Amino acid sequence: MNATNGKVIAIECLRYDPQTDDAPHYETYQVPFTDDMSVLQGLQYIKDHLDGSLTFRWSCRMAICGSCGGMVNGVPRLSCETFLRDFYPEGLRVEPLTHFPIQRDLAVDQTDFLVKLRSIKPYIIPEAPKPVTEGTFLQTPQQMDEYYQYSQCINCLLCYAACPQYGLDREFTGPGALALLHRYNADSRDAGKAERMELVNADEGVWGCTLVSYCSEVCPKSIDPARAVNQNKVESTKDYFLRFVAPRRNG
Amino acid sequence: MKRSNRPIFWSLFGAGGMLSALVGPMLIFITGIAVPLGFLLPRDTMSYERVLAFAQNGFGKLAIFVVIGGFLFHGLHRIYHCLHEVGLPLGHGWMAVFHGLAALGTLVALYLLIVIG
Repeated sequence: MNATNGKVIAIECLRYDPQTDDAPHYETYQVPFTDDMSVLQGLQYIKDHLDGSLTFRWSCRMAICGSCGGMVNGVPRLSCETFLRDFYPEGLRVEPLTHFPIQRDLAVDQTDFLVKLRSIKPYIIPEAPKPVTEGTFLQTPQQMDEYYQYSQCINCLLCYAACPQYGLDREFTGPGALALLHRYNADSRDAGKAERMELVNADEGVWGCTLVSYCSEVCPKSIDPARAVNQNKVESTKDYFLRFVAPRRNG
Repeated sequence: MKRSNRPIFWSLFGAGGMLSALVGPMLIFITGIAVPLGFLLPRDTMSYERVLAFAQNGFGKLAIFVVIGGFLFHGLHRIYHCLHEVGLPLGHGWMAVFHGLAALGTLVALYLLIVIG
């Protein structure tokens, strides 16, 4: 650890071990820090020097892996790109992502999201199989623009912690998975839209969203899931009314 | 998964929202500020005779109908979802009440526009 210029910040962490604790509680740690230290580094300091039992997820330290999401003073943030200096001298409170069951301390159980992610068929479903010998799929820059931002999702779940509708109703597919659904539907190489429309059209699909848009505000990759969801409300509305006049492709 | 019937109400909500955003502020300005204060518009702009003639004109009837119906469907849909967001989750039954009120108001407006001649 570098010289800290004598600065110490109080980090209040939510602690919870479901095997021994009846309810979550908070513990405060005094952490010496430098101006270049992230909240994640603060947590690592606690684990290395103050309390080795503190549990949290992390991997890349540079906002690419999506592992270290948590609530910092009640706001969903990646702890690796949130800096301790911004909370000095008041200190900060770190909690696990809200709306998810706590596995232990700051680590949440992501099962619900992973099930939903699978349900949107997050892969390109081509119109017909294309052998490698026939070459690659071609795409114009314009066609790529249609989906590119949504392909930047790192599955960090900050948008789920931000979404009040997901908090109220866990049946809702949620911003992240719906934005990824749109990523594949909007891809010119994909022909799986009809298969995904059943989910889009359901109450659990895009209709669970009320366009609060906090998901888009907290996204660390500047993706706009609220836009993806609402573009699909238009798609679902067209699908709802047009099925009476035009037969659907793929039955 | 069951297909949601929300597209019907979302379309009405969206159409009403577009309409209220476009004409709502100016309607409030004309009917609530400009005419009562005689500011920019003469005070008899909305006299009984003029408004009655407007409501008896085909175009006037259509304008009054879409403004009342659109605003009602937009507003009640928004209130329903806002209540949900502030932690008062109302079930589908209540959604029927809110949309029912909007439909009732719209039908009353339609009826009155017909009987006014």
